Amino acid sequence: MIKSKTRVLFRLGDKIFPKFTLICSLIVVAVLVNILIILFIQAWPAIKESGFSFLVGRSWDPVKNAYGALPAVYGTLLSSILALVIAIPISMGAAIFLTEIAPSWLRSIASFIIEILAAIPSVIVGLWGLFVLVPVVRNPIESWLGTHLGALPFFQGPPFGFGFMAAAIILAIMIIPIITSLGRDVLKSVPGAQREAMLALGATRWEMISRAVLPYGRSGLIGAIMLGLARALGETMAVTMVIGNGYRITASLFSPGTTVASKLASDFSESSGLSLNSLIELALILFIITLSVNVIARLLIWRLTSVKGKAD
Amino acid sequence: MRHKSARKWFNLLMLGLNSLGAGIAIVIVCLMLGYIIAHGLTFINLDFITGSAVPAGQPGGGMHNEIIGTLILVGLGSIIAVPIGLFTGIFLSEFGTPFTVSVVRFATDILAGVPSIVVGVFAYAIIVKPMHSYSAFSAGAALAIIMIPVVARTTEESMRMVPGSMREAALALGITRWRAVVSVVVPGALAGIVTGVMLGVARISGETAPLLFTALGNSFGYSGLGSPIGALPLQIYRYALSPYKNWQQQAWAGAFVLVVLVLIISIAVRWLSRKRRV
Amino acid sequence: MDTTKQTETTGSRSFSGNKGYILKAENLRAFYGAFLAVKDVNLDIKPKSITAIIGPSGCGKSTLIRCFNRMHEVTHGARISGKVLLDGEDIYTPGIDPVSIRTRIGMVFQKPNPFPTMSVLENVVAGRRLTSVLSKRTEMEEIAEKFLRQAALWDEVKDKLKQSGASLSGGQQQRLCIARALAVEPEVILMDEPCSALDPIATLKIEDLMRGLAKDYTIVIVTHNMQQAGRVSDMTAFMMMGDDRAGGLIEFGRTDQIFTNPKDKRTEDYITGRFG
Repeated sequence: MIKSKTRVLFRLGDKIFPKFTLICSLIVVAVLVNILIILFIQAWPAIKESGFSFLVGRSWDPVKNAYGALPAVYGTLLSSILALVIAIPISMGAAIFLTEIAPSWLRSIASFIIEILAAIPSVIVGLWGLFVLVPVVRNPIESWLGTHLGALPFFQGPPFGFGFMAAAIILAIMIIPIITSLGRDVLKSVPGAQREAMLALGATRWEMISRAVLPYGRSGLIGAIMLGLARALGETMAVTMVIGNGYRITASLFSPGTTVASKLASDFSESSGLSLNSLIELALILFIITLSVNVIARLLIWRLTSVKGKAD
Repeated sequence: MRHKSARKWFNLLMLGLNSLGAGIAIVIVCLMLGYIIAHGLTFINLDFITGSAVPAGQPGGGMHNEIIGTLILVGLGSIIAVPIGLFTGIFLSEFGTPFTVSVVRFATDILAGVPSIVVGVFAYAIIVKPMHSYSAFSAGAALAIIMIPVVARTTEESMRMVPGSMREAALALGITRWRAVVSVVVPGALAGIVTGVMLGVARISGETAPLLFTALGNSFGYSGLGSPIGALPLQIYRYALSPYKNWQQQAWAGAFVLVVLVLIISIAVRWLSRKRRV
Repeated sequence: MDTTKQTETTGSRSFSGNKGYILKAENLRAFYGAFLAVKDVNLDIKPKSITAIIGPSGCGKSTLIRCFNRMHEVTHGARISGKVLLDGEDIYTPGIDPVSIRTRIGMVFQKPNPFPTMSVLENVVAGRRLTSVLSKRTEMEEIAEKFLRQAALWDEVKDKLKQSGASLSGGQQQRLCIARALAVEPEVILMDEPCSALDPIATLKIEDLMRGLAKDYTIVIVTHNMQQAGRVSDMTAFMMMGDDRAGGLIEFGRTDQIFTNPKDKRTEDYITGRFG
């Protein structure tokens, strides 16, 4: 009978279909694991050749076959941390505004506008940075800082415009929407009962936010900031376009610099041999750094959901 | 005692400062979008869409080939990423055990956080290097890796929003489990899945870093999946850094096209998810 | 306690001066947006007594007591009309800060809501710290002990003061929340179904505690549990939803009178279980 045949087919589907979805899921896991393995294999000649000196070396010289990652790692950390310093107050303020302060009609439209910023492709942010931001960074920002705070090591040297300062500002602009929308989700998950408890004790709105809402969402907010950091560490195009491509370690934020990602973007397609292996080792370092930051961030955000289950 | 009016003023001050944060973020968006749209609009013309690249300094020319290239790459990325992402999402929501779900979900989250330039290096290492050629295919694969987590997580989330009673109703009719998923749950989650695909498309259509050493760029038009291919964001990058006014202007026009695309998708996604909530 | 018991059926005629009551609602209406949730409530609450508000769910009991310490307006689009007098002064007078009202009228919620990131000790002084600087640890401990004793919780938690407030059992958490409200030294304490999330033993403990607290504080309790109202309260208000879906006050009087000799047919139906 036809009917029993289709029934057998459906039964078969019941066996095959879940397996098929499992295979697709395993592809995702496999890709992730393979990124680590393949990068390691491809970087191996460089790891073998340069060893530990790769991590502490300060020059990148294909002619002498001397490769040191330190300036790129330094530039990555400096620009990202500086970006966090700029982005944290703004995005925390924005997240708090969107959940606790704004009237309800304004909330969704304001978050939509901020989220658009996250959707603008990096290369376009870079284009804007190149032609609009860099001139502004050169003058007035850097020239003012140089004149008034020139005694500090961070603000010494000629104001190029291109450099760590511009990179940090552009990175901050790119991570503000990420931290804001994740932070907003965290604050939204704080139970209303916590807010009411604090208000009913005679707290002002800010006291309610600072003493009940923020402590409750603490680990989730740190997670949101770390996801922002992970994004900043790996951000490529916009940074490459404004950081000025100088391979050096200096305290001056006016100085052109490099990040791991921008070094890859500008050198990769012209490299071969050991120089290429060294660049892949750079990519491996970047992968491991962002992976660790991402893992910590995810765990923090997960911890919040478990706390929520307990006290809600 | 903490003074009452001091508390009151501090409250207003802090609320004001926090609102200022939101204000700054919104002003940045408006300044950037306004500048890109206004500036791009002055340089965009029919030639930009229909013409090919011309040597520096020569007037006219456009990004026809790059626009086509981006369409091909986005299509290629989607063809690979949508099925894998969709089935991963179905697995996460319907078939996984708690352990496998947490492993796969963790992997998707982490994959979403891998810097796109690293994905580019990976695609270079596994496809470009063994094939000894930059290729459209390698670029499409790199974009797919970036798109998969977006599709997987939105599929999972929207399928979880389909009420369990619908699954049970279908099973009670004697339909097997996978048929119930395919014919009841997936259609119920369709708006969410479409949203995920659109978000993924928006994301990869502007990606540049993974194309640098996979697609490479090709101003002469499409010449097969195994050959280098041009792409809009790649060309914007090259032209932006060029010293020629004409090329820089074309970069702005290209930026305009990409931003409008992203804006349309964002608004459509918002519209879709609103409709879903009602 | 005031021994001159009132036998009036509606509150508005019970007292004329402001001697006899501490909290008084006059023509109080509460809205959520355009929706009228509570209509025209007139109610007097005597000092150092327990007033229970009973009624079927959805009749606006919780909304009503949230109007008494201006927590109603915390919900988006919520507003009121009419007056709520505390010691003769309308707490809705423009220019009056709701923050200061809430320090005079405390609140305990349906579900225990201790602050999970604070210790037991910090939970107790959380409200107190808003208005005064408690610099010394000993000072904090003294205050915490005083109010934990008042909340009949001290013996159970004196060795757990540094643990998270969320680590206690449900009943302990609720008494912690009561201690936290007491530590602000309010005149009135509002309790919104404080036992609805608790087991019977924890419920009994809280009821005992309320009887003790009524010597020093005025308590208004919302409960869906008639027996509870009968056990703990001096006065009982019965509310019900009208045909327009707005909750109204049907009858208000001494608890024994409401339970044994209700004046209104609807009260009687509800008390005797013939309702819903």
